[in-house]
Amino acid sequence: MSNPPVPHDNAPFTLPSETAERIAAYGDRAAPAMPVAGTPVLEARDVSKYFGRVIALEDVSLTVRPGEVNCLLGDNGAGKSTLIKILSGVYTPDKGTLLMDGQELTLQSPRDALDRGVATVYQDLAVLPLMSISRNFFVGSEPTKGWGPFRRFDVGEAGRIATEQMLEIGIRVRDPSQLVGTLSGGERQTLAIARAEYFGARVLILDEPTSALGVKEAAIVLRHVIRARAKGLGVIFITHNVQHALPVGDRFTILAHGRLAGEFVRGQVNQDELLRLMGGGEELTELAHELDQLMSADARTVEEAATHAEAVPTSPDEPLAAVEAEEVLPPEG
Amino acid sequence: MSAETGALPPSRLRAESPLRRIASRPEFGALIGAIAVFLVFGILGFSSSANLGFQGGFLSLGGAAGYLELAAQVGILGATVTLLMIAGEFDLSVGAMIGASGMILALLLGTYGLPAIVAVPATFAFALAIGALNGWLVIRTGLPSFIVTLGTQLILRGGTIAVTRALTAQTIVTLPASAKDDPLLKLFSANLLTIGTARFNIELLWWLGVVFVASWVLLRTRFGNWIFAVGGSAQAARYVGVPVPRVKIMLFMATAASAALFACITVPQVGSANVLNGTGFEFQAIITAVVGGTLLTGGYGSVIGSALGALILGMTNLGIFYAGINTDWYQVVLGLLLLMAVLVNSYVLRRASGAR
Repeated sequence: MSNPPVPHDNAPFTLPSETAERIAAYGDRAAPAMPVAGTPVLEARDVSKYFGRVIALEDVSLTVRPGEVNCLLGDNGAGKSTLIKILSGVYTPDKGTLLMDGQELTLQSPRDALDRGVATVYQDLAVLPLMSISRNFFVGSEPTKGWGPFRRFDVGEAGRIATEQMLEIGIRVRDPSQLVGTLSGGERQTLAIARAEYFGARVLILDEPTSALGVKEAAIVLRHVIRARAKGLGVIFITHNVQHALPVGDRFTILAHGRLAGEFVRGQVNQDELLRLMGGGEELTELAHELDQLMSADARTVEEAATHAEAVPTSPDEPLAAVEAEEVLPPEG
Repeated sequence: MSAETGALPPSRLRAESPLRRIASRPEFGALIGAIAVFLVFGILGFSSSANLGFQGGFLSLGGAAGYLELAAQVGILGATVTLLMIAGEFDLSVGAMIGASGMILALLLGTYGLPAIVAVPATFAFALAIGALNGWLVIRTGLPSFIVTLGTQLILRGGTIAVTRALTAQTIVTLPASAKDDPLLKLFSANLLTIGTARFNIELLWWLGVVFVASWVLLRTRFGNWIFAVGGSAQAARYVGVPVPRVKIMLFMATAASAALFACITVPQVGSANVLNGTGFEFQAIITAVVGGTLLTGGYGSVIGSALGALILGMTNLGIFYAGINTDWYQVVLGLLLLMAVLVNSYVLRRASGAR
């Protein structure tokens, strides 16, 4: 992480060198796949979930091992959210089993999942904007001091730890009582990730952490995904953005229409295949075709307009337009 | 890690002067408001009280005792209603609860001749049960608490009137003469201190106590952090393991209990209970909270702010009287104060959350 980033043409953002190498590996299909060995820390085996007559999930399996990033890909409505809600204790599956370290288990509630080390960061619900950084960091797991009726939230300790942890993820907090609303979207997501790591998560489930973010902010979040992976956490990274998934994923699980559409380890797939499996491939090809047609039609219209324009005398407003354009330009420097 | 911390991005927050820091606190608007209201009515009351022939005006000890009494009563409700509002819920049944619990107290003491040691706990037990029911209904139905507690408000008020009339054929029930010297009732309504004509009652201590405990719970306990989280986003709170139903039900019980406390203070003072006691106090309590900087949408607010809001209400109510203005104007002024407070709140909040 401390290596200078490798410049990379056409890269959507500057990636750490290791990641850049991994992207390069996709061009070279001969690059060996490196699946992480060992027992999955968390596994869903043939789980199904129904809402009334609607099949949200049917016979879906997913595994994540320590130090591995499993990218869960799928279009909207593919069942990604349902699956992660099962993994994080919000829903119980109607069929199938959950296993942790190879042992079957039932997650009673999100709290139960958290206590077992399964932490989920939701896209919109990662943090509470009107609460301070330290209060957000510890919400649900507040440190206390004192006893009996005098047991109280240790505000000083919470502020100190939150500041320290934020510093470690690269955000300098002048005042831990600063509202989280003052942080950027990327910083909020990293705060939530740092919180999950601090409370000893073994599995980190990230629900669309980058989809609402700008390019730079997405890079910040992806960097922390890699960091969590290096720390030995199992990471389930949900996204519909293949460009975000490819650089960080060790394993790719693709859902479409509530069913498993494919599972790959790194190096086995490329971007086009992933897109096609997600169910967006054909649509995109079609769209590209349609756009081509529109463009050529447009080009014809422009040509026609140009022929007409030659007949029209030069507009007397032209010098004025030039001045206006100049005024709009920002001053140099 | 050291390489990373060395190359840290600078803090995105500008250094803040202590004054600006105070100015972005939720209760700041209420503090300025309280000072302004005090000054305005101090000047108006001073100039006109001589003409009206009052012994001392707004600025006298008697004036202070007057507005502190009003502030204490609405402030006791305001403190718990603020906690509930920060958790994102309303309780429109507190006013009717004052009437209902006051009537239960008076019926048990007067009509049935029970000792206060039985009547007072029974009153609180009734209030806590209705509060829990309010909370349970809101959680269970998932309906807005505004509607659910509007329902319980009507049921409580109507039930109080119907049952009282059925039992006593009256709408006002007087306490027995012995109630005046009952030590337990004195705990709620004793006279604390009399200086000249200025009477300070024990309710002031109750007010301070309730505000202190509510503020301590909000700012210094786990439960308080849960209150903020539940109001900020109940779903986010649930996902991090906050017991959302428990938090809300306990807060509904707290607002109902504060209404019972209000009744236990005022009924022995007056010597009787009226079925209409507490009418309109549900809104006064909400106004107290909003003037004190609490957001109507939940997730943000201050108990200290609500205490200042109660003080503003008390001072305005009495100040108008001392200034020789027709007290019919009280509600007009209250409405203007409320609108001003909402505007100030949204400004303060934008500042605090760094929104542009």
